[in-house]
Order: sequence, then structure tokens, then C-alpha cells
Amino acid sequence: MSLAVPSLKVGLSRDDLMMRAGVLVLAGVLLVMVGLPLWALLAKGFEDRDGKFIGLANYISYFSTPALFQSALNSLQVASITTVIVVPLAFLYAYALTRTVLPMRWLFQGISLIPIFAPSLLPGLALIYLFGTQGFLKVLLGGGSIYGIDGIVIAQVFYCFPHATLILTTALATADARLYEAADVLGTSKRRVFFTVTLPGAKYGLISAALVVFTLVMTDFGIAKVIGGNFNVLATDVYKKVIGQQDFSMGAVVGMVLLAPAALAFLVDRLVQRKQVALLTARAVPLVPRPKFARDLFFTLFCLLVSAAILAILGMAIWGSLIKYWPYNLSLTLDNYDFAKFDSNGWDSYWNSVRMALGAAVFGTVLMFTGAWLNEKTRGFGAMRGVVQLLAFLPMAVPGLVLGLGYIFFFNAPNNPLNFLYATMGILVLNTVAHFYTVGHLTATTALKQIDPEFEAVSASLKVPVWKTFARVTAPICLPAILDIAIYLFVNAMTTVSSVIFLYAPDTKLASVAAVNIEEAGTTAAAAALCVVIVLTSAAVKAAHLVADRFLFARLQVWRRR
Amino acid sequence: MIDRTIFRRATLAGAAALAMFGLASPAFAQKTKLTVYTALENDQLDPFKKAFEADNPTIEIAWVRDSTGVVAAKLMAEKDNPRADIIWGLAASNVGLMASMGMLEPYTPAGSTALNPMFLSGKSPQTWVGMDAYLSLVCFNTAEGKKGNKPVPTSWADLIKPEYKDSIVMPNPASSGTGYLTVAAWLQIMGEEAGWKYMDALHQNIAQYIHSGSAPCVQAAKGERLIGIGLDTRGASEKTKGAPLELVVPKEGLGWELEVTAIVKGTKNLDAAKKLADWAASKKANELYAKTYPIVAYPGVANTPPNYPPNLEKVMVKNDVEWMAKNRDRILAEWTKRYDGKSAPKAK
Repeated sequence: MSLAVPSLKVGLSRDDLMMRAGVLVLAGVLLVMVGLPLWALLAKGFEDRDGKFIGLANYISYFSTPALFQSALNSLQVASITTVIVVPLAFLYAYALTRTVLPMRWLFQGISLIPIFAPSLLPGLALIYLFGTQGFLKVLLGGGSIYGIDGIVIAQVFYCFPHATLILTTALATADARLYEAADVLGTSKRRVFFTVTLPGAKYGLISAALVVFTLVMTDFGIAKVIGGNFNVLATDVYKKVIGQQDFSMGAVVGMVLLAPAALAFLVDRLVQRKQVALLTARAVPLVPRPKFARDLFFTLFCLLVSAAILAILGMAIWGSLIKYWPYNLSLTLDNYDFAKFDSNGWDSYWNSVRMALGAAVFGTVLMFTGAWLNEKTRGFGAMRGVVQLLAFLPMAVPGLVLGLGYIFFFNAPNNPLNFLYATMGILVLNTVAHFYTVGHLTATTALKQIDPEFEAVSASLKVPVWKTFARVTAPICLPAILDIAIYLFVNAMTTVSSVIFLYAPDTKLASVAAVNIEEAGTTAAAAALCVVIVLTSAAVKAAHLVADRFLFARLQVWRRR
Repeated sequence: MIDRTIFRRATLAGAAALAMFGLASPAFAQKTKLTVYTALENDQLDPFKKAFEADNPTIEIAWVRDSTGVVAAKLMAEKDNPRADIIWGLAASNVGLMASMGMLEPYTPAGSTALNPMFLSGKSPQTWVGMDAYLSLVCFNTAEGKKGNKPVPTSWADLIKPEYKDSIVMPNPASSGTGYLTVAAWLQIMGEEAGWKYMDALHQNIAQYIHSGSAPCVQAAKGERLIGIGLDTRGASEKTKGAPLELVVPKEGLGWELEVTAIVKGTKNLDAAKKLADWAASKKANELYAKTYPIVAYPGVANTPPNYPPNLEKVMVKNDVEWMAKNRDRILAEWTKRYDGKSAPKAK
């Protein structure tokens, strides 16, 4: 396709130096946000309970427990099954959104995101209402039980679907129509076009989506805890060690074992990256799908089906928030929305959540997009860029509670100059951005990869400084991806629990944590109510985004059309 | 130049005014903000705070509340730079461990001699002081029992009968303190060998080991399961809300655990923390505890909360707390090997 630009051995330009300095700063920031806190906890794996260094003794004792292999196998099994179900499902859905003419596309796009609007408590509660011992649809399980691997897989599919859809939509959104036109002219069969043009173009997105789903399932303990029954997974093993027994050393050992998939993901990513070619060359013509009845009907039905499943789970939770006492008193009430009755912070925790989510969205988006750009567009400097890439991949593989505890150890250390951040809103923002760094980084990278480096080359030859190209060309082209990242951060910040549960202070308690506390207190309906309020907030923000996208930012994307 | 001088003068004047204002009105003095870590129930926080602050108007309580495991993990992770001033309402077994790690400021609250000695750490000065005891009992869903024609059990021995196959939930002792105290109680009542044999049999009837001490009775209350073995307070409160639940006290006896108060070493508000420790051991405070707990530290303060079985203190097993702490790792390892390593029972 495009010829490699011959690299001349000349001194580094000012741009190059600036970019490299930027990569260094980024590496430093990520080290503080991700690397050092993680190490602060994982180092405990080499210590006994009193803090004495004992080498690998904890690992030896852990690996000699037969239960480990069962947990590890269970984790792998659930993660593989979920990935095999979610990725094709999300690919079809993303394909429908980007490559077919779908009635009310925006609505389907919005619905596909509902699962990330919801705290992971919500699918757990809804599934119990639906398929539990007293559930409406229990017969569908044919005498089986929702508590166990079936329940985990159903809930994980629900929970992971939007993550994969988001990545794949970005991957499929940018395509060069000329390739399809050429194929058309040459009389290539649709099948062949799909396998030689569409699929290779989305390859990076597909692999990213699979890696993200796989590691999300590996590290999530919330769903396994609520609905997993006796099905032990590695993430619940961490929970048992850390929360059940306050044994940080063994918790660190399991946490370290869980990093293996991240290491694998990192290697795979490096391999794929080398082969990815820019799709959107400077001469590219964006693809605009044309109506085609049979195809469009099929995908509309498919999207309807998936949306109905998602809405059923949400609807069940809404109904659950309005009833008095499941399952013995099903009369309706609004009392469950008076949160002050169930949690002394009342609605305050909700506003804390909104403030935290806004902070994370603004700070995180700037950091992630600029970071991905620096890492993608800096020439040379491979080693340092590799470090950044690794640090960006780590958070995905780290269970929230490992990261949260690491933050305590690192940021609360008496000699850490940053310990003024501890117990503030700031540390919650920092922790949340760190926790969700990987998907934002991958989305930004996917978007950036599709832009032809020629843009930079042309700018450079015109003596336009690189930051100007960034501000005038790159960022506006990537605006859809940038907004996606901001929304992704906002909604995740609204729902995150496992990490921030260790970090909130009396006046910064979050709604997601309050929901878990309320549920633990047995007030399921009020917990469902708080979950519903969180979903509605995120949905409103997303709706605003869609409207803005349609009327405001559409102008910036005009160039994509012919 | 002139601007700057004026600015400086204004600042000085403002500072002086503030200082005078501050001196003139001591009512505006800063309250001491006391950071209290707790695992008390959410609905207890407000009444406890109000009652204490009414008696100590110069102190303001700021709660950090979460489940027992999370609060304990947080306290231990913050060990090198403690953020809590005082612990008010956390399991004695967790606090005892912190005492042995030197994380607590020993202090004997005024009036603690009046308390039931079982509720004291026994050290001098005391490392922790008990508030109330909670128990692990059996919650039975009568509506589901009637549907399935299952009788109400009356003893631990009843629970291993085949008619309860796959219908019991209990907390996983590896993740829940309530789970551990239940297992420890069986081993102490029945002796080790018989205790393990009992759990082998019970395992056949267990539908799930849950990662929470309060969830089993909630699941029983909502008809998800017929029987839950778990926290007494939760069973009683679910029944009050309308669950068809019967709280069964097995005749062999019940395992129990204390909730305690302890000052965190290194607190910057030691005086205020001592005031709270004193207050938490007072009769007044115990009367407040008694609204939710049937057994409290102050002798004679008894008030069976709604829907509690009466006379619970009579069935509390002789519980050797030290034995529990010393053998914890060994018992959990054995328990995990026997029951947790197995995959989920096949769904029928």
C-alpha cells in the first residue's frame, strides 16, 4: 500500500525531541499512577505477614495447593467461554452500527452501552429476580441453577458486551470506500470482500476486543461473588485472602498470577501492531453504507434481539427497585429512592459520584489521548514507548482490589510527597483513570492507527510544528473516539466499586459503594434503586453526547464524506 | 507599589479582625473532627453519632463505614500512617490481631470495670473494649418450608438430614468472619474429629458457601434458599421487614463474636478518642447498642430487639477466642482442602 518513508540518518528535529520528552513525562505519570502502587502491593508477595522478606516461599505454598489449579482452570474456562460468545456478538452488532443502514441507529448504539452504565450489582440482582429460585423465568434453565458457571457467564456476557462493541465500532467506523469500490468493480464475491478487506481492517480491533474481554472476566470478582455459587475463580481467591483473611502476602501472590494474561495480551499486541497498516490514508474516501434490504433486515432483527435482552435485564432491575419486599410483597412503592433512609450519606454520595466522574472524564481523556498520540507518533525511542505500552496494559489485568490496596500502600506512605492526595477526591479520580486506562488507551490507539502517517509527513515538510498538526488535524479527526473515551470514563467512574472502596473518605463516599453497602444490609430494592439512578445519569450523559454528535460535531466530520 | 502596600495593609487588618472575632467568640472554635472506622450497620450510624455529639459538643464524628473485611483490610494497609483515630464497632478477632501487631493505643476507659469481663481484652490497660455480641444461628424460611413440606430444624444435627439436600447456605469461612466463627463453634462443641465429620455430612446439604456473613439469612428471607446459617441481626431485621422467617437456635449452642472499640496508635486526636472510648463503654451507649443487639457489655442492660429469640446468652458456646485466633490458619487450610477445592456441586 503506502511505501515506507525512507529514514534518513539526520539529527533529531525539535519536534522529535519534544515528542520524546513528552513520552518520558507520560511514562513518569503512568509509573506513579499504575506501576509504583501495584508494586507496593505485589512486593508483599515476597514477605511474610510481619513484613520479613522470605523470597518465593509464599509462591511455593500457593502453587502446592490443589485448589489453585481448580481456580485457575475455572477462571480460564469462564473467560474463554465469555470471549467466544461476546466477541462475535459484539462484532455483528458493531458491524450493524457501522456498515449497514439501520433504522434508529443512534438508539441501538445507546442501548448497547447500557450494561456499562450499570454497577455490576445490577445484572446480579436482575438475574436473581429472573432466574433465581423464585425467578420468573426459572423454567428456562430446565432445573439448572443460576448460581454457578451459567450465571457467571450470562452476567459476564452482559457486562463485557459494551466494552467489546465500543472497540469494534471504532475499528469498523473508519474504512476506505475505494477498497470496496475496487472489489465491486473487479466482481469480487461479498464473502471474499469480507475476509480480505473488512476483517483484516478490523483485525487490531478484534484482537484488542478479545484481549479486553478475556482479562475483564479474569479479574472481575463482583459477579463471581454475587452469583458464582461455589465456582471458585482466581479473582474470588484474591477476595478471600485480602478481605476474608487480611492476608496481603497471599493476595499479592494471586494478584501476580492474574498478571499473566496481561503479559500475554501485551505480547500479542506487540506482534499485531507490527502488521497493522493505516486504513485511512490521506486519499481515503470514507465508506457510507447504502441500503440493501435483506442485509439491513437481518441486522435490524439481530440488533432488536440483543437490545431486548439488555433492556429486559435493566427493566427487571427497575421493577425490582419499585417493589416492597421480594418475593412476598410485590406491591409498588417509591420509598426505595429515599436513600437517606438506607445510608447516612443519602443523596450526597450520588453527587460525589457525579463530581468524581466528571473529573475522571476530563483528566483521563486528556491524558489517554495525548498519551496514545505521543506513543504512536514518536519516531524511534522504542524502549521507552514499550514501557509506556506495558504500563498502559497493566491496569486491565489487575483486579480492582489489588489496585486499591496498592494505592493505600503507595499514597499513604509517610515519606511519599504525594500523600497529601490521600483521602481526597483527587485520589479517587487518579485511581479510576488508572483502573480504566487500558480500554481508553486502546480506543485512542485504534483511532490513531487508522490515520495515515502521511498527514504528519506532509505537515513536517511544510514546517508545521507537530503539536499544531495534533491540534488542527489529528484531534479533530479523532473527535468521535475522544468523546467515546470521555463517556467511557464517566460511566465507569459512576459504577466502579472494587478499587475505590478502599480509598473514599467520610466526605467523598461514592454512590456505587453506597449501593453495595445498602445491598449488604439486605435492602435489595433500595440498592436496585440506586443502581437505576446511576444508569439513568449515565444514559442522560450519553444521550447528550449523541445529540451533540449529531448536530454540533457533525460539522467537524464533514470531510469524511465525499 | 502603592497597590501592594494597600493590599498588605488590608490583609493585616483582615487578619487582626479575624483574630479578634475568633477570641471574642469561642463558640466558633473549631470542633475536633474524629475519624471513626466502623463496620456497624448503616442505620445505626446516625443515632450513635447524634447521641455521642450531644454529650460531647466539641467533637464531631466522621464515619468511614464498610463491611468488616474491607474496614479491617483498610486499617491494616494504613498501618504505617494511620488515618483512623478510633475503631468503634469491629469484630474482636480482627481488632485482636491489630493489637498483637502493636497498632492500638492501650487505654482503659473510665467505667469499664462495670462491664461484663467477657467483653474486655483482659490486658492492662485494655487494648480493646467490647460493645455487644453477635451470633451465628439458623434462619428458616417457613413459607418455602411449607411448600416443600420440610420441618423446622431444632439442632445442628438436624441440618445433616437428607431432606435438606442442597437447600442450605452458609458463609465461606475463608472469606467471612461469621463463617469462621460458625466453623470454630462446631469444632469446639463437638471436638475436632466429630466436628469435621459433621461438616463432611453437612457439605452434602450445602447449596453454596457465600462470601458474606449476612447474605445467608437474607437469601433465606427472600426464599432463594430454605435455610441460611448466618448473622443473627440480619435475620431479625429481615423478619421485621416482613420475611416469613423463623430464627432457630440450635440446642447444641451458638458461636459468637464481639464488636469492640479500640483507639488507633498514632492518632492526632488522642483526647477526643479517649472521650469516645469512655462514652462507648457507658451505660447510655450500651442502651443504644441494645436496640439492635440482644447481648451487650453492660450487665443488666437487656432489651430483646424485635423478632429475636429470647435468652440467647444462655446458649452461647464456651468460646475460646485465643484458640480461635491461634488455629485460624490451620482450620481454614483444612476447610479449604475439604470443601472449597471441590468444584460446585452438580446442578440436578
